[in-house]
Amino acid sequence: MTEMVCRCEDITKEDILKAIDQGYTTLDEIKHVLRCGMGPCQGRTCIPLITRVVARETGKSAAEVSRPTTRPPLQPLSLSLFAGDEE
Amino acid sequence: MRITEHPLLSFQRKRVIHFTFNGGPLEAYEGETIAAALHAAGIKVLSRSITYSRPRGFFCAIGKCASCMMNVNGVPNVKTCVTLVEEGMVVESQHKGVLKPFTGPKKSHISHMKTQVAVIGAGPAGLNAAVTAHAYGASVLVIDENPHAGGQLVKQTHKFFGSSRERAGTRGTEIAKILYREAESFVMLQAAVVGHYNDRGHRLVLVKDGTLAELEAEKVIVATGASENMLLFENNDLPGVYGAGAVQTLMNVYGIVPGNSVLMVGAGNVGLIVSYQLLQAGVKVVGVVEALPRIGGYHVHAAKVRRCGVPIYTSTSILKALGEEYVTGAVTVSLDKDWNHIPGTERKFDVDTICLAVGLSPSIEFFCQAGCRIAHIPELGGNTPVHSPAMETTVKGMYAAGDAAGIGEANTAMMEGKIAALSCVKALGLSTLETEKESKESYEELRLLRSGSFGERARQGKERVFAIMEELHE
Repeated sequence: MTEMVCRCEDITKEDILKAIDQGYTTLDEIKHVLRCGMGPCQGRTCIPLITRVVARETGKSAAEVSRPTTRPPLQPLSLSLFAGDEE
Repeated sequence: MRITEHPLLSFQRKRVIHFTFNGGPLEAYEGETIAAALHAAGIKVLSRSITYSRPRGFFCAIGKCASCMMNVNGVPNVKTCVTLVEEGMVVESQHKGVLKPFTGPKKSHISHMKTQVAVIGAGPAGLNAAVTAHAYGASVLVIDENPHAGGQLVKQTHKFFGSSRERAGTRGTEIAKILYREAESFVMLQAAVVGHYNDRGHRLVLVKDGTLAELEAEKVIVATGASENMLLFENNDLPGVYGAGAVQTLMNVYGIVPGNSVLMVGAGNVGLIVSYQLLQAGVKVVGVVEALPRIGGYHVHAAKVRRCGVPIYTSTSILKALGEEYVTGAVTVSLDKDWNHIPGTERKFDVDTICLAVGLSPSIEFFCQAGCRIAHIPELGGNTPVHSPAMETTVKGMYAAGDAAGIGEANTAMMEGKIAALSCVKALGLSTLETEKESKESYEELRLLRSGSFGERARQGKERVFAIMEELHE
């Protein structure tokens, strides 16, 4: 049974529940152990879903579950933009 | 899959284009995105996922969800839902995250640009903001990653409600054209903002045509819109599970139907309007399911759908999508008053499309990265940038407008765009005798737009946001 939370990194609801069981209960911690939110969509799909699961499992309200840190780039970029040879 | 007859829309298809998909020849029409052209040819599975090799197709169709990425002309990870198909293009699926060796374009010099007002997003809020600031003589640059300007207006074929001046009675598709005509000379399409740095004012990093550019702006108006919400259910990642906005884009922008028969999830206004639009396009809608015990949308929309013989099932949720490679069916289940599934109430529908109309979340990535204070306001769709009535966020010189500032609708988005632009005009010292009057009228117009009972939630949400902003200033 697959309930997909993060399509970019193939992270399921089961993966999230396991991580919560292991004591990872903030979105940043879950991101660090599972990579969800670090794929090409940068969490646009999964953050609201993970927030809901964490809130339910930890008895918090969605407002109490803080967002993970957002860093640039906000869109997938080609490495050659930074690392290629100068023309 | 292409619509040939439609009661409202006519699709003037342009030149035929030839391209290949996984080696096979295909045809498309000029102006279509790669994902739309593939869908028209019946191809729903675009690539495969990174770990489990599950089929992947697009979900949002507006460049947000990144599920549509493919290899195009040898370049991996191209978002095919916002990339136009071109003659001779070589389009290939990506498999399990395996990237072919790739020699990209050589690193080019980073170009520098300057503007007084940078607007991110060319939807109703962004375009109206840009037109307003430009009218006062500010230099303006609007950046949007889509190939078409107008944001989600380009697919709204229904006539607008609303009070008066912000074009009530006009179809959204027409409003988009009018706004773009006024703003065209300062809109940059197919360009993405990938970062914000606030050393020396506001510096934005853009990517356009595979090169980086730096944009120095005195003021930034962020009108990045919203992402469609996903739901958790079995096989929710199968191609054929689409956001309601994606279905509208396919149908109303490209004239392509999403499938032959659809189950709609969500009976709010979006779910009801899109159901009706599907029927107009000749697609069968087997039913609308709604988890709440009542229909959330306007009665007039619900009545229209019901008159066409589409049942609306309240207190019902989607349990799973059926299918291996793409959706071949859906199973729903009834809910009790505590949202628990009631065993034995499962109902199976033979559909090839499941359309999710379960709300939107503000696209706040840019605000977050720039360090704006965010608050969770359920009335506005969840995490929202804290802002003042003048639309300024907690980062000085950065403004929010439209859905990105809390979910509303297109009329209020246009008004917020205008207010944000007038705030910039004042801060830049470009005010004229008219500015204060126009500003007052805009606040009043926005108040009127939110005065009805359906504007109540947004009104309450905004009041909470303004209160947080005030507290922070004290």
